[in-house]
Amino acid sequence: MGEVIVITSGKGGVGKTTTSANLGTGFALQGKKVVLVDADIGLRNLDVVMGLENRIVYDLVDVTDGNCRLKQALIRDKRYESLYLLPAAQTRDKNAVTPEQMKQLCDELKQDFDFVIIDCPAGIEQGFKNAIAGADRAIIVTTPEVSAVRDADRIIGLLESEGKHNPKLIVNRIRPRMVKKGDMMSIDDIIEILAIDLLGIIPEDDYIVVSTNRGEPAVVNPISQASTAYKNIVRRLMGENIPLMIIEDNTSFFNKLKKIFNL
Amino acid sequence: MLELIQKLFGKDSNSSKDIAKERLRLVLVHDRVNVSPQLMETLKDDMFKAISNYMDINEKCMEVNLTHTESSVTLVANIPVTSMKRGAMSKR
Repeated sequence: MGEVIVITSGKGGVGKTTTSANLGTGFALQGKKVVLVDADIGLRNLDVVMGLENRIVYDLVDVTDGNCRLKQALIRDKRYESLYLLPAAQTRDKNAVTPEQMKQLCDELKQDFDFVIIDCPAGIEQGFKNAIAGADRAIIVTTPEVSAVRDADRIIGLLESEGKHNPKLIVNRIRPRMVKKGDMMSIDDIIEILAIDLLGIIPEDDYIVVSTNRGEPAVVNPISQASTAYKNIVRRLMGENIPLMIIEDNTSFFNKLKKIFNL
Repeated sequence: MLELIQKLFGKDSNSSKDIAKERLRLVLVHDRVNVSPQLMETLKDDMFKAISNYMDINEKCMEVNLTHTESSVTLVANIPVTSMKRGAMSKR
């Protein structure tokens, strides 16, 4: 029996889809059988981030409406063994699915997969309620900004009222140079305000843009900082005790060299 | 002079992250208590009614606010009393 994890945030654009794609791929790299579920019905994006947009035949709503069997809608990622995607419908809206249907879908997927990762849409309406319905645990993604942290706080409250306790936090797009200068809230500042457990931190990394351009999750690139951060989170979710990575800005010899030569 | 140098090197004592933190804290107090302006008005009305049984107060000058301290939320009411009601004590 697998575990259903929902990736949520409240605010849009903080990195839910990127996080879903990287954690899912990370689990697959660890040999786990994973399915990524895009719950953002009407605004699907996980397919393009994963580079699987050309392979969609059926989607989530086709499954819940009974137009196809669940197995027919699952897209197998050929690059990574044991990684699958269940895409969102693009031509329907959030009300096309009910929380009960989502719960049923998650229960079914759990039978077959080690991890079911649900990419939640932004907002707190129907789409959010659908996405969290079948989740065993929740991961909240935020960035070190007032608006994102505020929305994260709201989501924590809403998860609590839906009986989803102890969500874990990922702080995304940390810029160490700005934190050092006192111009960006630090991890400690954010944890102090939200008072929840930290699951991991992801540094701001240009490579995320490159990987999204290519449709290849960053986690497969061995030299990207964000990749290491995502790998650490995957291992923590699998029960390992991995210390938080120390994000240093341009301190490695290689980076200094790059800076000198203005590369 | 030192201040200028510190500013040049970005060591502003009033760093923007402290501003962010303080603003967040304030906004979250209100978000978390989930108090709409209407709710505050209803509370004010109820308080006015209850207190009016014992003393005359000026509703217009009545101030009821939620304020936050380091770790808690406090309801602060500032209610000017015009006079005590004579009957109030003997009723008990």
